Amino acid sequence: MKTILTLLVLFSTVAFTPVTIDKGYDIGDIAADFKLENIDGNFVSLSDFKAAKGFIVVFTCNTCPYAVAYEDRIEALNKKYAKKGYPVIAIMPNNVETKPGDSMEAMQKRAKEKGFTFPYLMDADQSIYPKFGATKTPHVYILESTNRGPVVQYIGAIDDNYKAAALVKTKYVENAVDALLNGSAVEVPKTRAIGCSIKI
Amino acid sequence: MKYFLIILVLLNLSCKSEKKDAIALEIHDFTGIEPYLSLEGSKTYVVNFWATWCAPCVKELPHFEALQVNHKEDVEVILVSLDFPHQYETKLKPFIQKHDLKSKVVVLDDPDMNSWIPKVDPQWDGAIPVTLIYNTSKRLFYNRTFTYDELETELQTFF
Repeated sequence: MKTILTLLVLFSTVAFTPVTIDKGYDIGDIAADFKLENIDGNFVSLSDFKAAKGFIVVFTCNTCPYAVAYEDRIEALNKKYAKKGYPVIAIMPNNVETKPGDSMEAMQKRAKEKGFTFPYLMDADQSIYPKFGATKTPHVYILESTNRGPVVQYIGAIDDNYKAAALVKTKYVENAVDALLNGSAVEVPKTRAIGCSIKI
Repeated sequence: MKYFLIILVLLNLSCKSEKKDAIALEIHDFTGIEPYLSLEGSKTYVVNFWATWCAPCVKELPHFEALQVNHKEDVEVILVSLDFPHQYETKLKPFIQKHDLKSKVVVLDDPDMNSWIPKVDPQWDGAIPVTLIYNTSKRLFYNRTFTYDELETELQTFF
């Protein structure tokens, strides 16, 4: 991580202002597209989804208990919102040498077991999650497609109860996507949740 | 004499097993944890948020333990566990026992994380481990991991 940070700082002092790089995206920022390998061997970019009104980007993995607690809810989000124009794009950000349980093979196995219908991509060179500013799994970014590019409209947690889906009082992600679909502002654009730090 | 020995052995065994069962977890929602974040005693308080499933947390835990042992008089280490309730018996208690943790362990069980994470520190986005060090005159939040030397160096700035 230190090396990455040093590199980022070096790079950013040359090319960009350091602030945006250090902290990742904030609400209103334009997210850069990426090209990452999916569990089916194909490479996936945001620009592949021509008709998408936006995206629910979820940094998640196999090995974090919080991420596991949310697997079914992430799948449910895709089932509900992909057809409305907001597909889930899951990205696994961990270093697989540190976390062998998050290897491409393990991701394929888990996706099959759980019947994931969304792309489950690997940030193989760990270059995408720092752009977003993701620090943990699960960590959600909702992007809205605009003619300027994908605009970050929500950053944070899926809902307010990791333990039990049945006890959730506020569905942060659903509320945000519903608002965007209705053309209104996202009421709660940032939330926090405990998660496993991304393994470097 | 033989019987006496047997009784002694039995007593010894039962003591051991009693000790095993004796771990009583102190479990709170955030309201119950909050007082530990602003104790007003004369010590410097080192509050570490961790969980047995968090590898970097487990890796740095011995440093917090060593800090507690080396600064018995003027430091109180409080380990706030974020383990899942269904793993209290299978993971957390065995971990405390196996590592014979000397520091105080309290368990935070409060699923409405968005409501309490900013109250611990506005800088915290929810990834663990994090550490809060404070006393009556200074308070700092650390979104990072520590080696023992780093922890000791940081602590010295509080004295």
